Amino acid sequence: MSLPPESDFFGRILFLLQSYGGSYLRGAWVTMVIALISTFIGCVIGFAAGILQTIPADRRRAPARFWLLRAVRLLLDVYVEVFRGTPMMVQAMFIFYGAASLFGINMDMWTAALLIVSVNTGAYMAETVRGGILSIDPGQTEGAKALGMTHFQTMTSVVLPQALRNILPQIGNNLIINIKDTCVLSVIGVVELFSAAKGVAGVYYTFFESFAITMVIYFVLTFACSRLLRLWEKRLDGPENYDLVLADGLVQGEGMYRYPKNPAQPNADLRARQLWDAQEGLRDGKSNGAQSERGRGE
Amino acid sequence: MSEPIIEVRHLSKRFGRNEVLRDLDFSVLPGEVISIIGASGSGKSTLLRCINLLEEPTGGSILFHGQEVTAPGTDPCALRARVGMVFQGFNLFNNMTVLENCVAGQRKVLRRSREEARANAMAHLEKVGMASYINAKPRQLSGGQKQRVAIARALAMDPEVLLFDEPTSALDPQMVGEVLEVMRQLAAEGLTMLVVTHEMAFARDVSSRVVYMADGVICEQGAPAQLFGAPQNPRTREFLSRFNSR
Ligand SMILES: Nc1ncnc2c1ncn2[C@@H]1O[C@H](COP(=O)(O)OP(=O)(O)OP(=O)(O)O)[C@@H](O)[C@H]1O
Ligand SMILES: [Mg+2]
Repeated sequence: MSLPPESDFFGRILFLLQSYGGSYLRGAWVTMVIALISTFIGCVIGFAAGILQTIPADRRRAPARFWLLRAVRLLLDVYVEVFRGTPMMVQAMFIFYGAASLFGINMDMWTAALLIVSVNTGAYMAETVRGGILSIDPGQTEGAKALGMTHFQTMTSVVLPQALRNILPQIGNNLIINIKDTCVLSVIGVVELFSAAKGVAGVYYTFFESFAITMVIYFVLTFACSRLLRLWEKRLDGPENYDLVLADGLVQGEGMYRYPKNPAQPNADLRARQLWDAQEGLRDGKSNGAQSERGRGE
Repeated sequence: MSEPIIEVRHLSKRFGRNEVLRDLDFSVLPGEVISIIGASGSGKSTLLRCINLLEEPTGGSILFHGQEVTAPGTDPCALRARVGMVFQGFNLFNNMTVLENCVAGQRKVLRRSREEARANAMAHLEKVGMASYINAKPRQLSGGQKQRVAIARALAMDPEVLLFDEPTSALDPQMVGEVLEVMRQLAAEGLTMLVVTHEMAFARDVSSRVVYMADGVICEQGAPAQLFGAPQNPRTREFLSRFNSR
């Protein structure tokens, strides 16, 4: 197979797609798998680090825990600073060849790629998560504590869900950066999209055409991801309005009461009964009474 | 004579070099409704926060049903599950609906079944007049509504004592009444309550005992009629005269 002799730019692109479409797709696949998995692992690392940074430890009550946490935090600081402060391409070389020559470990391409990108993302996410946790007002933590929740329960059911929501744009940012930055892994022989494109380009010296295709693919990937994350954000925010289970007792009409739509739901009956009871209570004048007595407190 | 639920012995609390509570003795009997009054900065909130160990005392001890909860190795979570608290700033969970706010603690801490937690939450939400708002998020509610949900959330844990730290101070005047009304109702039902408040009418009419604090100590305490009618301590008299003249 050879390049059609009198083809124009688009003709050459068409030719590259027809003959090497598979290479681009495989490259894009590798890029996406590395970016997605390492963003996920990076987030896990970031959350773990962020949580470790914010565990309270009383120096007097639990001195062992206090000093242990101190040591862990110091290590985390070193980790964050080192990985944020050096280029990922250099880290890739350092880890890949370092593992081989120091420990005799020959990492396969996937392990090396996932390790490097994850650890890198983790370093960025650690700070992001810490900030996300600190941005949740401490009143809610106190509210949870006052109910008897442990630090872990407070974190998982109150703080982290809100922190996650707040840092979702940052996670999206990291994913997009990772999609683009996996291209530096070509230095250790990972055949991701950039590396694939370079390979194809070299065959017929069609650099412009090959990288035009690559530009489009990268853009489609990042744009799709950013839109999907937007959707997820919207989902997490929930509805703008809420349904009043029953309106004001004074204007409540019979017709406004809605039975749950799905009677197969196990709790539907119980719920309907409770709502009904609640409604009855209000109609009996409970709320009217409360209203007329409002002024008495002062 | 019944045993006290809470006993505070020689309690002291320092923030750095600032001694906020000094050698304070205090106890709570079942069924009592105690109002704690006093000037700003006198240590009322700190006392309340020490009682459920949100603040670690620097000296003295706190006993819950005769058990020392300030001893090293005791689990503060177990205590907090039985001593509820209502805050000035509501402190509702913003990521949960009204109903979920009232269910979370029961599920996580008391390990109640989903149905039981739900039914109990509904019962208490109804009591505070918020049953119709179960699907709302805290940000969609008014201050008075938030505080009533916060009270229902605390009640849903079936606490033995409920601590209130200025529950109406962050509210607009027209919302104060609805919250006080709920508290009045709880007092009438015999719930043991400890209320830090600036609402003198509430302290006078609802509580069974009023405690006046100044500079980290209890200056004077007694039945409301006695404390408001014939205060013994000159500092109490001066504090109350400022309120009476308003
Ligand atoms: N976390 C803290 N760190 C340092 N000092 C504190 C802290 N909390 C309270 N204090 C100090 O302790 C003193 C008593 O505070 P506290 O909040 O108990 O007063 P209060 O009687 O509740 O006053 P208010 O009526 O204004 O709420 C104040 O001087 C305050 O500055
Ligand atoms: Mg206070």
